[in-house]
Amino acid sequence: MSGPSKYIPQSGFEKWLDKRLPIIRFANDTLIDFPTPKNLNYWWTFGGILAIFLILQILTGIVLAMHYVAHVDFAFASIAHIMRDVNYGWLLRNMHMVGASFFFFAVYVHIFRGLYYGSYKEPREVLWGLGVIIFLLMVMTAFMGYVLPWGQMSFWAAKVITNLIGGIPFIGETIVTWLWGGFSVGQPTLNRFYSLHYLLPFVILGVVILHVWALHVPGNNNPTGVEVQDVEKETVPFHPYYTVKDGFAIVVFLMVYAWFVFYGPDLLGHPDNYIPANPQVTPAHIVPEWYFLPFYAILRAIDFDIFIIPAKFGGLAAMLGSILILLAVPWLDTSKIKSMRYRPWGRIAWFVFLANFILLGVCGFMPAEPPWTYIAKAATFVYFAYFLIVLPALGVIESPDMPPKSIADSIHPKADKSGAGNPVNVVVK
Amino acid sequence: MSDTSLNSTHEDGPTRRDMIHVATGAMMVGGGAMVAWPLVHQMNPAADTLAMASIEFDLATVPEGSQVKVMWRGSPVFIRHRTAAEIEQANKDDTATLRDPEANANRTKQADGSDGKAQYLIMEASCTHAGCIPVGVGENGYLGAFGGWFCPCHGSHYDTAGRIRQGPAPLNLIVPKYVYLSDTVVKIGV
Ligand code: HEM
Ligand code: FES
Repeated sequence: MSGPSKYIPQSGFEKWLDKRLPIIRFANDTLIDFPTPKNLNYWWTFGGILAIFLILQILTGIVLAMHYVAHVDFAFASIAHIMRDVNYGWLLRNMHMVGASFFFFAVYVHIFRGLYYGSYKEPREVLWGLGVIIFLLMVMTAFMGYVLPWGQMSFWAAKVITNLIGGIPFIGETIVTWLWGGFSVGQPTLNRFYSLHYLLPFVILGVVILHVWALHVPGNNNPTGVEVQDVEKETVPFHPYYTVKDGFAIVVFLMVYAWFVFYGPDLLGHPDNYIPANPQVTPAHIVPEWYFLPFYAILRAIDFDIFIIPAKFGGLAAMLGSILILLAVPWLDTSKIKSMRYRPWGRIAWFVFLANFILLGVCGFMPAEPPWTYIAKAATFVYFAYFLIVLPALGVIESPDMPPKSIADSIHPKADKSGAGNPVNVVVK
Repeated sequence: MSDTSLNSTHEDGPTRRDMIHVATGAMMVGGGAMVAWPLVHQMNPAADTLAMASIEFDLATVPEGSQVKVMWRGSPVFIRHRTAAEIEQANKDDTATLRDPEANANRTKQADGSDGKAQYLIMEASCTHAGCIPVGVGENGYLGAFGGWFCPCHGSHYDTAGRIRQGPAPLNLIVPKYVYLSDTVVKIGV
């Protein structure tokens, strides 16, 4: 939380600089002194993990760009050149490719953590909204990155997804031709996707800085969802307490990542992408990367017209809506209690939502035929129902447990005080 | 103390300063739009892309009952030499319930509106759902129910006139604009 800065410039240079550009003060206040609740668990380490992966993607990306050729005739061959001839090219490409998967895994954990502990609620709505924007930018970045190797899946994923934009009433076709820069996915498309794939991560970096800024005004939420009341008793400085805890989690996470980089770089990808792009042959079974499967399932689930909305546009709208709806969660969730720890029904709903999200992923992977088409429709309904029905209604009808009075209370419960984790069904309003 | 001449809401009505504010604002908006348009429009198809927008093809190379794919504007186009039975079926289906109603006779018209040739069905090989290449009848993987084309991606069925009959695709397969240059040579893209 932003309070008076505790930074005292030591050397003469620091004093001189502090009067001109207090950048050391800023770094100190965000990374060293920043008061952090004592009770954060390991689900809070994924923010740090995400920061590491953004840096990893940018570093490996910049060096890949030194060898990659964004041309329909050479792109595929340039990837083979990176894999076989460039010194450590195989390592750098595997790091980038597997890095994208782990980046998404971490962001999903991070988002579901926020949903469980109510981290989107007042006063963190802006923080949450910036996170959703980062996620959207990540989706665009990864989608365009996947096109670059110019394999069969690259080409057909690009074609299918851009074609769906053509479903937007009236202006769709114009937008698609504009995106392609031609009459189908081709050289102009690859070239501009490369340009944007290079650009967007830096836009993400910018929004991440805003995200961290918005975190440092209200400070961290914590597993109890009760705000810090006594900074002295309930927080510790970020360094060394959380630099070490985050660092430990980062190392463990990187170990799993390294296993994939070295032993299973293609386990998470699709073999068809090692066939050069061929605009004359559609692969038998087009699937996106695993991290897009739940949203792909929602896209395909709408294969019927809804009144005057044609199926093609309906699918696109549902897919975008399934991400954009996250922006509204702070206002859709009516419960005064932040943490699902103290919401018996909310907690069950959250687990159902998580299981349903994984089920959507399975649906996205399976061919679009019964019974999967029906399961996908039901799961799409459950996805939206969580936000539009369950969260708004539960806040009114659920009687939550009593959260502890304070973080300090939850750490050192006092026997004489009521509350302190006692399930005494009192409606807190 | 603010000088009244600096104040834009002058009691005697608009001042010369207001005029300058409005004019400057208008120039900035207009100038901004003029700079933005080239930045947006550069992404539209370039002149050389547009220049390659037509091809010529000799239909005599397609035997009856078969189909070829030719590349046009970076994507394949179906040229199907239909059998008499297929044409008859297509005519019969004119009265079926069609999602995108269009008579078979209109599916082989030239760009100028005159009749083409009923036996040569020329269509973009791109499913109107999301752009996969449909599988033609007789080809490997054909599962269609209407004797024409079947899209494996999400299961759209097209009939012998390339009309959508079942599945998520909203429209019939697109007939590109073409004209016959001679009895057998067709120019696609006009
Ligand atoms: C948000 C961060 C990023 C994500 C999620 C991401 C994701 C991806 C993905 C999924 C691929 C396809 C991997 C494959 O199948 O081969 C890719 C390829 C590529 N990316 Fe990125 N990327 C990111 C940042 C960057 C940056 C900052 C650059 C350049 C400065 C870059 C340059 C490249 C290049 C040159 C390729 C083609 C080589 C290859 O496919 O391995 N990326 N990216
Ligand atoms: S692309 Fe043909 S059915 Fe979806």
